[in-house]
Amino acid sequence: MNKTPLYDWHVSHGGRMVEFAGFMMPVQFTSIIQEHQTTRGIAGMADISHMGRLRFEGPGAAVFLAELLTRRVADLVFGQIRYSLVTNEKGGILDDVLVGYYHNEYGQPFYLLVVNASNHEKIVRWIRQHLPPERANRPGHEIIFTDVSRLWAMFAIQGPRAIDLLQPFVDVDLYGMKYYRGNLVRLLHPAAQRQGGIISRTGYTGEDGFELSMGTGIALGIWEALIQAGESMGIVPTGLGARDTLRLEAGMPLYGHELSEEIDPFQAGVGYACHLVGYDFPGRDALLKIEKQPLRLTRIGLELSERRVPRQGCPILADSRPIGEVTSGTFSPTLQKPIAMGYIIPEFAEPGRELTIDIRGHLARARVVPLPFYNRNKKGNKK
Amino acid sequence: MNPQQLLYTKTHEWAAVESDPSGGKIATVGITAFAIEVLTDLVFMSLPEIGSQVRADEPFGEIESVKAVSDLNSPVDGEVTEVNSDLVNNLETLSKDPYQAGWLVKIKISNEAGLADLLDYAAYQKQCREEQH
Repeated sequence: MNKTPLYDWHVSHGGRMVEFAGFMMPVQFTSIIQEHQTTRGIAGMADISHMGRLRFEGPGAAVFLAELLTRRVADLVFGQIRYSLVTNEKGGILDDVLVGYYHNEYGQPFYLLVVNASNHEKIVRWIRQHLPPERANRPGHEIIFTDVSRLWAMFAIQGPRAIDLLQPFVDVDLYGMKYYRGNLVRLLHPAAQRQGGIISRTGYTGEDGFELSMGTGIALGIWEALIQAGESMGIVPTGLGARDTLRLEAGMPLYGHELSEEIDPFQAGVGYACHLVGYDFPGRDALLKIEKQPLRLTRIGLELSERRVPRQGCPILADSRPIGEVTSGTFSPTLQKPIAMGYIIPEFAEPGRELTIDIRGHLARARVVPLPFYNRNKKGNKK
Repeated sequence: MNPQQLLYTKTHEWAAVESDPSGGKIATVGITAFAIEVLTDLVFMSLPEIGSQVRADEPFGEIESVKAVSDLNSPVDGEVTEVNSDLVNNLETLSKDPYQAGWLVKIKISNEAGLADLLDYAAYQKQCREEQH
């Protein structure tokens, strides 16, 4: 079983440890609902060092990634980050990733791919399969691929006060940083031992926030310094439980739930991450065909009026006829009612439609609602 | 109820067994503070109807937290004679007072021999320590 550099800290601070994607991770420190609400109202800090981080350098890196990912890569400007997919030849989703373009302190450019922990090994195999030595060593187009996942720790600091917590720790202007941008930074704290890191305005919670990477050697020191600095603001450590309820309210898909090799990007509502007219990547031809066909299934949001919570695999019914299945469900701490995402036949997908979910034999009424369930920029998120 | 005088299931239900004035025995059943602490974010509970027949080690209801749903298992064989139905809408009572106001059901025991399979306080404490590893 893998451990992040913060494992001992989590255990000694009341983290309830569970196995996730081969790692022992805290599911919660106090309560999922409290950690969720603190993230929405103030900010929360989550250890996400289990994520896979893959680095690509060399003159051939841009084209290689353009031929691996569904989204354009070659036109990224320094500091820009994009959401993208990795698809198989059939157009099924192998993973959803963030790709960022940075340059190091010597001006050398590199790409950083952040992949799901649960897909880490699969994606590394997929990359190695598409990157034989003759490709990696092609003169003038060399590609250096490094799996830096175990060398770097990563924290997600999310919520309206995240920016105030982090600004004193870095030498770039975070207030001026746009969404989906990042930067190499100097970490301005003695615990950093003069080392740097990468900070990006990205996240998986529906809040403003940042993700911060640094070497594992200084991770505990920086984490403790952030915890200490955040204490007076009311910032708390958060676990994977709140990470899940936060992303669900924000309508964000999760691999293994909303995304899988059996789901195509158009069904999942992430067709925007597929650029089908540029570089050829595995699955592009299949996706060009799929794009022209009517959707067989579509991803929807559901809200329930009673308190029983639908979970992954619960059948969705219309007039007693099965029309789909729940892929994620939880009790929404913001809306104070159960919510779910799932796939159904498109003819039943219009918002307002009344459907039924079979929750372990109990038929619960559910209403189709637009995604996301929660949008920080809109009023009316309260129950 | 004094936790030290209760009987326990391996699945974290407690039972207070008392003589029934009309003969036989009645078990008042609840869930332990340890279980409620582990579940943490309670959102839903279902309890049986009065008159339901229940069997030891088999579910008589469900309790659900943000993270997962768990069965409520009966410590004894018998018939449900009372249900704490207010609790379903006041789950915080479970966290505040699991051994008194947080009782779930009363069961008229049909098979008293089954009580011998339940854990006493010391054995249950030992199990909880092991689960906390």
